[in-house]
Amino acid sequence: MSTAAHAAHPETTTGIDNRKVAIWAFIGSECLFFATLISTYLVYKGKSISGPMPADIFEIPLVTFGTAVLLFSSFFVVLALNGAQRGDRKKLITWLSLTVLCGLFFVGMQVYEFQHFYHKGLGLGTNLFGSSFYVLTGFHGTHVTLGVIWLSTLLVQAIKGNIPPRKALNLEIAALYWHFVDVVWIVIFPVVYLMR
Amino acid sequence: MALSIGLLRRVRPLAAGLLTLALLVLVGCTTNETTYPQTTLAPKSDFATLVDDLFQTTFFWAVIVFVLVEGVLLFAIWKFRGRPGDPEPAQVHGNAMLEIVWTIIPAVILAVIAVPTVQTIFRTSATPEHPDVEIEVIGHQWWWEYRYPGLGVVTANEMHVPVGKTISLRMWSADVLHSFWSPQLAAKRDVFPVGPRFQKINPLWFRSDTTGDFSGQCAEFCGIQHARMGLRVIVQTEEEFAAWVAQQRLGSPLVDGGRVPAPSADTLAPPSPALGLPADDDPVVVAGRQTFVAGGCIACHAMVGTPLAGQVSLMGPNLSHFGSRRTLGANMYPNTGENLAAWLRDPQRMKEGSLMVLPRPLTEDEISTLVAYLRAHQ
Amino acid sequence: MATSALDHAPHAPAEKTGLWSWLTTVDHKRIGILYGATAFIFFLLGGLEALVIRLQLMKPDQQLVSPDFYNQLFTMHGTSMIFLAVMPLSAMFFNFFIPLQIGARDVAFPRLNAFSYWVFLLGGLFINSSFLINAAPNAGWFGYANLTSPQFSSGPNTDFWFLGLQILGVASIAAAVNFFVTIVNMRAPGMTLLRMPMFVWMSFITQILLLLAFPVITVALFYLMFDRHFGTHFFIPSGGGDPILWQHLFWIFGHPEVYILILPAFGIISEVLPVFSRKPLFGYTAMVFSGAFIAFLGFGVWSHHMFSTGMGPFADAFFSLTTMLIAVPTGVKIFNWIGTIWGGSLQFKTAMYFALGFIAMFIIGGLSGVMHSSPPADLQQTDTYFVVAHFHYVLFGGSIFALTAGAYYWWPKMFGRLLDEGLGKLHFWLMFLGFNLTFAPMHILGLNGMPRRVYTYPEGLGFEFWNMVETVGAFLIAISMLVFMYNVWRTRRGPATAGADPWHGATLEWAIPSPPPEFNFAEIPTVGSSTPQWDTRRAAGGQLPEPAPHSGEGIHMPNPSIKPLITAVGMSILMISIMFTHAAWPWWAMTLAGLAVMLYGIFSWAFEPAG
Repeated sequence: MSTAAHAAHPETTTGIDNRKVAIWAFIGSECLFFATLISTYLVYKGKSISGPMPADIFEIPLVTFGTAVLLFSSFFVVLALNGAQRGDRKKLITWLSLTVLCGLFFVGMQVYEFQHFYHKGLGLGTNLFGSSFYVLTGFHGTHVTLGVIWLSTLLVQAIKGNIPPRKALNLEIAALYWHFVDVVWIVIFPVVYLMR
Repeated sequence: MALSIGLLRRVRPLAAGLLTLALLVLVGCTTNETTYPQTTLAPKSDFATLVDDLFQTTFFWAVIVFVLVEGVLLFAIWKFRGRPGDPEPAQVHGNAMLEIVWTIIPAVILAVIAVPTVQTIFRTSATPEHPDVEIEVIGHQWWWEYRYPGLGVVTANEMHVPVGKTISLRMWSADVLHSFWSPQLAAKRDVFPVGPRFQKINPLWFRSDTTGDFSGQCAEFCGIQHARMGLRVIVQTEEEFAAWVAQQRLGSPLVDGGRVPAPSADTLAPPSPALGLPADDDPVVVAGRQTFVAGGCIACHAMVGTPLAGQVSLMGPNLSHFGSRRTLGANMYPNTGENLAAWLRDPQRMKEGSLMVLPRPLTEDEISTLVAYLRAHQ
Repeated sequence: MATSALDHAPHAPAEKTGLWSWLTTVDHKRIGILYGATAFIFFLLGGLEALVIRLQLMKPDQQLVSPDFYNQLFTMHGTSMIFLAVMPLSAMFFNFFIPLQIGARDVAFPRLNAFSYWVFLLGGLFINSSFLINAAPNAGWFGYANLTSPQFSSGPNTDFWFLGLQILGVASIAAAVNFFVTIVNMRAPGMTLLRMPMFVWMSFITQILLLLAFPVITVALFYLMFDRHFGTHFFIPSGGGDPILWQHLFWIFGHPEVYILILPAFGIISEVLPVFSRKPLFGYTAMVFSGAFIAFLGFGVWSHHMFSTGMGPFADAFFSLTTMLIAVPTGVKIFNWIGTIWGGSLQFKTAMYFALGFIAMFIIGGLSGVMHSSPPADLQQTDTYFVVAHFHYVLFGGSIFALTAGAYYWWPKMFGRLLDEGLGKLHFWLMFLGFNLTFAPMHILGLNGMPRRVYTYPEGLGFEFWNMVETVGAFLIAISMLVFMYNVWRTRRGPATAGADPWHGATLEWAIPSPPPEFNFAEIPTVGSSTPQWDTRRAAGGQLPEPAPHSGEGIHMPNPSIKPLITAVGMSILMISIMFTHAAWPWWAMTLAGLAVMLYGIFSWAFEPAG
């Protein structure tokens, strides 16, 4: 079953919907955004003068679990998208709800983690580790949050029956963004949490 | 061949303009150090000569390319001017051979420039193994501090060096980015503030075989008075330099904590009878020192004979030998009694935004006392 | 009859005149004009800043303006010219002409297009509002750390700077996504990539540069924000930070930025020269690939701005070689332009004057650039007036001349009226003379010891004569601008009878009426070459009638919308709230208010029908 939306839109030069090309262009730009944040983290890695160091405060098991949850959410959104494309409303709503829940869990984990670090003495300005860590993961967390809001909006639309197969592209675009946010985390997790 | 009016009107002004440009370039480059005391085009040291040689090479090729390409452009504008009723010109789309040729030729010219460039990069980046004089250069907002660790000298803005000797500079900043630029001697390198983690100390080196006074300036925007952060390098004979060092050592914070030794104890017996500092009980010194403390100068300036004489670095320059400096305000004003008085009256007027903010205005009496005091310390 | 924001009818007739129609417009042509008019005003403002600078430097030891105000002037001059003049003037042409040249009815996302404009306007107003409290940015247009740290820049000046740039960055990235998609996806049938007009090609590459370069400075500006307001030490040495990191991040953006400034200009020249030589662009494919190669390589040269920082010989050598390398495709372009006019029948209209002037001036700017590419030589040149000469030759003699050529070339299409040729030529000669008088001597001053960013210079260094000459030149430029403005004003009155194709153009925009109807093309054309309008004209035996007017019946155009403006306002409030982190009142209330307005704007935008 073709995933392209026909009807209202004239043909495009590539055959791909404008919005899909747009989200890819935006993702390309975002790659540079996160590349800069990650590079700075690496430049300052090990250079903190004092204060809590990663080894002192990281809780790897929790973050690993959160990572897994985020990874699964990418799988769930694919299932949701499949449901939308087939017109299977139940499948769409179930898996999209689970995606949103996973996203919320991940954000919650991050909030918990930040708060926990703060209590252990790692503030934004405490040292280079704090600064580069919070800014990097904070921006990522913001992207996840925006993704959750986006997907939740689509979930509400799905429940109202406003995502028939010809409008599945709306979800597909959000899903592409969601996958990107996930891929960024797949880079951040080993670089920040696992590498010594 | 007669030139048509149309041709004249179109091409001549453009050609004239470009010719004028070329002339300006030539005029500008037949430079005269007396016209431009800070010129980069009259190198006076080995380092500056290395840099200038490379400049001359790139400039030579730039002029050739300029004349050729602008010439072809002007020629084309003249030759292919359209006339009413002209037929449609041949609709040429390109020429692969030309593309190759005019890609390769510039690449070759650049390769020709690249070779001496890379060689000079390595030579200018190396630091001398056995320099004759080592000087630490510290940029401040908006003055230059110099320390000669091997010779025990601390001074500001005017760097004395001996002729014919290799000078090695190690440079950093006390606050923001600056750039030490001595056009005739050492080109420039930026100076960076040091912190617990990042300590980028930039080197420069040079050996000058010409004596003279060479002005320079800070070359990295550093705030409100970047424009008035000048500097001066004074290349002297070995004897003059030795005398200067001997004088500077008196009361230097790097020598015996700033205490002035009794004349007999000083093993570096000054060769010239003019050297030396005024006696401690000299009335000028007594009055001056009192005013120096009462006026608040002591908070920022190390001065021989005062409690902070041993401070290597304070907010302001070390003034122990201020009288022998040729300029004040970082190579900005001749060091005359009048200028010094004006400065003390209101430093902000002469260097607005300067960090020299007097705790309270000085009275005229205080000013004349201080002027005498400072000028007595050669 | 009038539209309201709540009107959801898909074919609601829109008002064509009045303030509301401009506030809600999503028509790329109108947005282009908004960009152009706004950018021109900022250009004049930047020019005024330059004139005051030149007056101050006319004589040694002057105190026409205070040192701090001078520092504000040169910072704002640079920032305004780059972000508020050249980029949006290019955007005027992107907006008006990319859809026309590719045979489209509008851009891919018309409301996003409007959003970009409003954000640009608000950003420009915000950063200039700083003058009202004598706190304009004053740390240079590239704001080096650690001068910008709270310790050394304690006033709000630098906050205006980084916040203004962040706001403007959003406009640029949004527009880049828009034009990227438009060019990729909305070309007329038959218009393969290698049949696109060169202006579209260069603009396309520019959008990619925008997408890839702006995120880097966005991050750098966030780091600066955190350093200034939230206690971090990204660039502050006492806390372990490295000021050189700022330079790297800034120039990784900054160098591609200069290509963002020049590539559209290259595109315009490649449009004008063929039309006024009456033969095609020489070496179309070489021009495409050299443009792409310049853009690609442009990400590999950034540290040539840092040759005096002491990076070490290997880094110096690497960046020196890449910088020299980038001169090769640039030269290829210059030669292909000469190849275009070679053998042609040159028509000396004003647009052509500026295009030829561009080539002559850009050669000079390019050569001084090559001279900088040698690090040891650059140790004398960097941070002196020699660099100021270089970048003004490429940005003014380059970009501004090209944009002016574009203005004279495309004016009849945009407004249906031709600008007066006599006044145009006067404009050119005054500007050409004034420009060279102003900037040529800077080469001399720089090599002879005058550093840049100095509010004055002492007597006795020999700088007096050339500085005076430069000031005279600057005022000549100003007079030339008055001539241009007079030309525009005078032409406004006349009837819109320029016709669809006064220059016998090669590309699609000349096939439709002047000014174009809202829907651009009555029928989307099919294209068989890179010079479709010349093909049509040739097929018709050289004479083409005026295109028949069309009512637009049956053509669906997007509805106007106020949501982009609302979203832009909300976002600006959100970002500006950072200025007030040290205020007595809770600044985050402003952040939340801005966020609320922005979210309202986004959601209502997402749910209104596009039409």
